[in-house]
Amino acid sequence: MEPMIQVENLCKSFSTKSGTVEAARNISFSIEKGEIFGIIGLSGAGKSTLVRCLNLLERPTSGSVWVNGKNLTELSERKLRKERQNIGMIFQHFNLLMQRTALDNVCFPMEIVGISKKEARKKALEYLKIVGLEEKALSYPSQLSGGQKQRVAIARVLASDPEILLCDEATSALDPQTTKSILELIRKINKEYGITVVVITHEMSVVQEICNRVAVLERGVLVESGTVEELFRSPKTEAARRLVFSGRAQIQKMNGKRLVRVTFKDRSSFEPVIANLVLTYRTPVNILYADTKNIGGSAEGEMILQLPEIEETAEKMIEYLRETNMGVEELSSDVG
Amino acid sequence: MWDNATITMLLEGTRDTLYMTLVSTFFGYVLGLPLGILLAVTDKEGIHPNSAVYKVLDVIVNILRSIPFLILLILVIPLTRLLVGKTYGSTATIVPLVIAAAPFIARMVESSLKEVDPGVVEAAVSMGAGTRTIIWKVLLAESRTSLLVGVTIAVGTILGYSAMAGTVGGGGLGDIAIRYGYYRYQTDIMIVTIVILVVLVQILQGLGMMLSRKLDKRKA
Repeated sequence: MEPMIQVENLCKSFSTKSGTVEAARNISFSIEKGEIFGIIGLSGAGKSTLVRCLNLLERPTSGSVWVNGKNLTELSERKLRKERQNIGMIFQHFNLLMQRTALDNVCFPMEIVGISKKEARKKALEYLKIVGLEEKALSYPSQLSGGQKQRVAIARVLASDPEILLCDEATSALDPQTTKSILELIRKINKEYGITVVVITHEMSVVQEICNRVAVLERGVLVESGTVEELFRSPKTEAARRLVFSGRAQIQKMNGKRLVRVTFKDRSSFEPVIANLVLTYRTPVNILYADTKNIGGSAEGEMILQLPEIEETAEKMIEYLRETNMGVEELSSDVG
Repeated sequence: MWDNATITMLLEGTRDTLYMTLVSTFFGYVLGLPLGILLAVTDKEGIHPNSAVYKVLDVIVNILRSIPFLILLILVIPLTRLLVGKTYGSTATIVPLVIAAAPFIARMVESSLKEVDPGVVEAAVSMGAGTRTIIWKVLLAESRTSLLVGVTIAVGTILGYSAMAGTVGGGGLGDIAIRYGYYRYQTDIMIVTIVILVVLVQILQGLGMMLSRKLDKRKA
């Protein structure tokens, strides 16, 4: 089957006063229909530029963007506008029309395609119902909370009946609770309407919460991509590690000894692996960090262990852990 | 001084001033609004950047704005004669008033439109909106409060200019103030005309501000 979105050798550079900035360097990837695909990177990595190249809000310097079998970079302005109606987009700062009610905001894309006002309003109310905001139909954006605004924005996307939804840091301005509910809504839209979703974020937790596959972006280069599980279990690149380990700066202070990161699926968490390890080698290990996360619907645990200084024992322990079918990975002490 | 003739004269002066001001504002916008839109759209941050068009318009607007109004009044006399048929009276004054107001209105429109959040424009582009839709439904609709404040300022300024036109036989309250107050030393009539001008500005300003507040939905 043909992918929904295919990006080939995409480059984008900007010329600024201080020289040329390469925001995207030779990026290629593809996204299947019905997927929730994450693009993660730290700020300045070029995520926003990349997502804007997917609907040509930014025109790539070179390379091509195929959406639904059409090369967007070769379309005329008019055809491109038509294609964009098929690619919805939501933003970090919602970007609603401030002088229009929630209902009229949802009507906007229908006005663009020339649906009658009466018909549009009727449909708009249905879309507001889907996002759970029908009672706020006549409120203005200024009267709504951040989460409610994003729901209106999502209803507005649904109104153009798109096949693709691009989310540009859509939850970055929201608190954790609201983030969760918006992500749930995005997942629901993905499931019920079969809309392919592209999520741009700098937060690993967002990717873990809803994405199937993920690409890691660093300084305009796509350095790693794969399933979220793979990335979480064994990040291959430095950039990916930094994202997976973000917010654990305290580990950095405990260097000097060998650290391993152990990941386990829900089944293996029934076995007392660490206790068995300690009993087998009669040497204690130090648990520096432990957590369980929900990744794509299943519990994924991770633990960071400090192994004994004796080289031989440490080696054997790593061997032991590998045999128990857990993800084992040695950390360099500069991870933070 | 308060005989019927004077009162009639003052009432007619008020009517003429309002006529000149409102008609000039209207035609000022007929020219200035599209010009302002064109400036905002062709600016390098606009939705259709075109530096050649922008620069030409920019220079024209700046030149017209730098000419002192009194000089402009005289400069456009041939045009006034062509359009109106005579060069004195309130209708004739409308021509220089429009020419003076249009570039200034264009600048205010330009700045109002540039206040619109670029993110909202980007959202409209991402929905496949065309240039016309963006101008009408996003730029003008979203900046309507600011545009109305602009209208209010324009009305006040044009009213002031119209009084200045009185010095060259422009008609209206300014004309009365000059003829009676200045040439004939009837200070009381001058003061009354000034009071009427102040009241007019107050009323127009108040109305404009009230309307723009009513239409502003950006604050909760």
